[in-house]
Amino acid sequence: MAQKSKTQSIASHPKWEAVLGLEVHVQLQTQTKIFCRCPNSYGQSPNALTCPTCLGLPGALPVLNEKVVELAAIAGLALGSKVAEFTKFDRKNYFYPDLPKGYQISQFDQPICEGGEVQIQVDGKEKTIRLVRMHLEEDAGKNIHIEGKPQSRVDLNRAGVPLLEIVSEPDLRSPLEAATYMRKLRTTMLYLGVSDCNMEEGSLRCDCNISIRPRGSTELGTRTELKNINSFSFVQSACEYEISRQIQMREAGREIIQETRLYDSVKNETRSMRGKEEAHDYRYFPEPDLTPVTISKEDLNTYKKGLPELPDQAFERLTSDLDLPQYDAEVLTQDPEVLRYFDSCREEIDEPKKISNWIINDVFQRMNEMKVGIGSLGLPPERLVGIIRSVEEKKVSVANGREVLKKMFGNDQPIEKIIEEMGVGMISDDGLIESALAEAMEEHPHVVEDIKNGKDAAKNFLMGQVMKRTRGKANPGQVMKLIQERIL
Amino acid sequence: MTENTSKSAVEIHNKIKEGSLTSVGVVQEVFQAISNTDSKLEAFTEVYKESALEAAKKIDQQIAAGEDPGPLAGVPFSIKANICSQEGETDAASQILKGFNSPYPATVVNKLIEAGGVLIGKTNMDEFGMGSSTENSSKSTTKNPWDTGCVPGGSSGGAASAASAYGYIHLGSDTGGSIRQPSSYCGVTGLKPTYGRVSRFGLLAFASSLDQIGPISRTAEECALALSIISGKDPRDSTSAEVPHENYLENLTTEIEGSTLGIPKEYFEEGIEPEVRQRIEETIDQYRALGVGIEEVSLPHTSYANPTYVLISAAEASSNLSRYDGIHYGHRSDQSVDLEQLYSNSRGEGFGPEVKRRILVGTFVLSSGYYDAFYRKAMKVRRLIRKDFEDVFKKVDAVICPTSPVPAFPLGSRLDDPLKLYLVDILTVSANLAGIPGISFPCGFTSAGLPVGTQLLGRPFEESRLLSLVHAFQSQSDHHLRRPPVLEGS
Repeated sequence: MAQKSKTQSIASHPKWEAVLGLEVHVQLQTQTKIFCRCPNSYGQSPNALTCPTCLGLPGALPVLNEKVVELAAIAGLALGSKVAEFTKFDRKNYFYPDLPKGYQISQFDQPICEGGEVQIQVDGKEKTIRLVRMHLEEDAGKNIHIEGKPQSRVDLNRAGVPLLEIVSEPDLRSPLEAATYMRKLRTTMLYLGVSDCNMEEGSLRCDCNISIRPRGSTELGTRTELKNINSFSFVQSACEYEISRQIQMREAGREIIQETRLYDSVKNETRSMRGKEEAHDYRYFPEPDLTPVTISKEDLNTYKKGLPELPDQAFERLTSDLDLPQYDAEVLTQDPEVLRYFDSCREEIDEPKKISNWIINDVFQRMNEMKVGIGSLGLPPERLVGIIRSVEEKKVSVANGREVLKKMFGNDQPIEKIIEEMGVGMISDDGLIESALAEAMEEHPHVVEDIKNGKDAAKNFLMGQVMKRTRGKANPGQVMKLIQERIL
Repeated sequence: MTENTSKSAVEIHNKIKEGSLTSVGVVQEVFQAISNTDSKLEAFTEVYKESALEAAKKIDQQIAAGEDPGPLAGVPFSIKANICSQEGETDAASQILKGFNSPYPATVVNKLIEAGGVLIGKTNMDEFGMGSSTENSSKSTTKNPWDTGCVPGGSSGGAASAASAYGYIHLGSDTGGSIRQPSSYCGVTGLKPTYGRVSRFGLLAFASSLDQIGPISRTAEECALALSIISGKDPRDSTSAEVPHENYLENLTTEIEGSTLGIPKEYFEEGIEPEVRQRIEETIDQYRALGVGIEEVSLPHTSYANPTYVLISAAEASSNLSRYDGIHYGHRSDQSVDLEQLYSNSRGEGFGPEVKRRILVGTFVLSSGYYDAFYRKAMKVRRLIRKDFEDVFKKVDAVICPTSPVPAFPLGSRLDDPLKLYLVDILTVSANLAGIPGISFPCGFTSAGLPVGTQLLGRPFEESRLLSLVHAFQSQSDHHLRRPPVLEGS
């Protein structure tokens, strides 16, 4: 929490301004890896998903998976980038055990996309974050250090998984903006279907470039780079820590050293990995094993026509066309699966706000408990619509309806049957309601007096008494009607 | 000399097919020849007797059963030690890959085996293809069959030496002349195909944009047979070309009248030994006599070819050889206390001096601050060299010149002076930079009895024309029929 208060001071720090730029790595959702035909999937036993090419064996050659070009072009079009008609691959040379060829195939001076922008909203204010570029590259493997032994092992299942690196301009001014920007990129990529953006599996990670400068200055200060951050909250806390570290340094009259730092989420601090003096010279040069890629105007037009509704457009539709509150629209548009679910419900019943309430309150609660997506709850949209209808048709009260819904996950019994078994069907029988009301009036004569004297709130008390006696099953409209008839 | 090893692979194949010879017999005979002579030549680094005889037996059974085992049925072939096969080790004659078994075969090996060829072994080379004498090998020093005191040339020296001594088909690789120059020194015919004509999948890369696999054999006819099989688009090599398949053997013709050959004046200016110059001039006269037009042409950027080649090949090599890091396979130093040392010790112990020299040069020219002055400039000159050839090929069908300015030189004579050694490549590197096909064929001998090779360079994908030009020459001459003295004592 101490960090939190520091941040708030950073956004409105009287003296210093933070300048942040993000390099976000998005794993592309393809069947196979970028330069070989090994499956692109997570969670297999080490080195199960490898072949001579992704193992970097002598004599093996890369062959481009054309699907990655399509996915990158789609991402570029969606973010307003200029998609190159001609693009090529380059080699980035460095030694590391998780890099079996001793170079990474990446893109240097002719990336697939240039420019573009992302709109974010922070504290109710719209802000545009410009993009420098997006380029394609292959992911590296993973070094696994054996606990307590002077040994490391290398798993190359991830080597050759396609990555899209999205580089922003240094347009971000606070850790919150950085996290919001990354969230927005995630949502957009999910809408486009170009990545599953599963952060626990590393499908979305980022490097943050951070510097500070005196407020009012237009020059950039010396920056440090935080590597491989894989959660929104880490983006925020890592940037917060690093910014306050830099401010402390500067205020103590010390210089910031340009270096790469590692964020330790357990200790919540950043540590120096390597300084500029050891900075790599990657010796980029054009990859001679691959031919350049051309993207035709026809293909670009096809991708453009096929672009799905994007988060901002969906938000606009939900607030303007469906009159949903901004909060509802924001929550419903975070995840395209949720939005699709919401839209499916609307096809059955034209009650956007009611559907929204049920999803945001009851369905989300279940998703959080189960830690699964909306599609894995065992509650197809027509079933949610079913319970909404039952409430509308006064077969069950709202409160009891929510209890009924809890029994409906992974259960395909007819809703009527569940209501019946739970014994919560709504009572509209005048006789039953009347006897409950008579009891309540007898027990609380002063309340009856209050009602007679025009105290409307007293009616609700009496209503509550009837509900208590009918275990919430009485039709509230009917109860009210009877209270009117009997007392006034 | 044994009987069949003096015959052409085409002839042997026909005899095996019609049943007058068995593949087993042919293979046994070639192993006999190798065991008689190879202790003097050391052309082979490994022989695969058992698997070869087994494969030969299968071919014979197929023929006996009336099946067609393919266009190379029963014919022995070898591969250079930088071409992957599941048989034996694939180490590119380097300590760093000592004991490395490739889990997969190169596309060319697959193709030759599917065509019925019988893999008999791997041939020696300069480590990773870096050298022109086969003296930079971790395995052995291959000798020239015409004078065992001389080098066979390189880097495919083992393949050229083997082709000269044992006949049949030997695959080499050519990055700056590594097929043509040893073919010239050993008196055999060697073809470097157009870049992209033959798949590089399974070839241990030296310089990816220059490397090309090709056949070394005694005759153009045998090279045509081999190229028909190994050429073609390979889905596993993006740089292999999408051009229609050709049957080079069927296309072979001696009717070359009306073709024109260009004599690039820059290739005859200096440093060509008089006897070499004389043999080439005689060859040119013979072509004239065959009705071929001869014309002087100019390739103005020739003097830049060698430095351009040295820069580009070293740059690509420095990156291609990064994978040999001691981590995943190959030699790992046991003298290291940390990762940095593991890298430097493994690579320091595993690579030979010439390979290290080129890695250093390549790393330097790609470094930031030097890239523009060296690598980028070299790429520009490369385009100019390619343009030179495009212009010349508007006037002539091919150019003719010596393959090497000198014949085979004594073992050890150029080892201590790498720059002197680089000079023997000056007439071959341009073809790799321009991506065009080149062929070297025997055109006579020096007074000391060393073979001299003539080189023809042609338009991209016109291997057929080059092969026919050589075939026509070979049907009128007998240089390719002479057998080296090393066989006489056997």
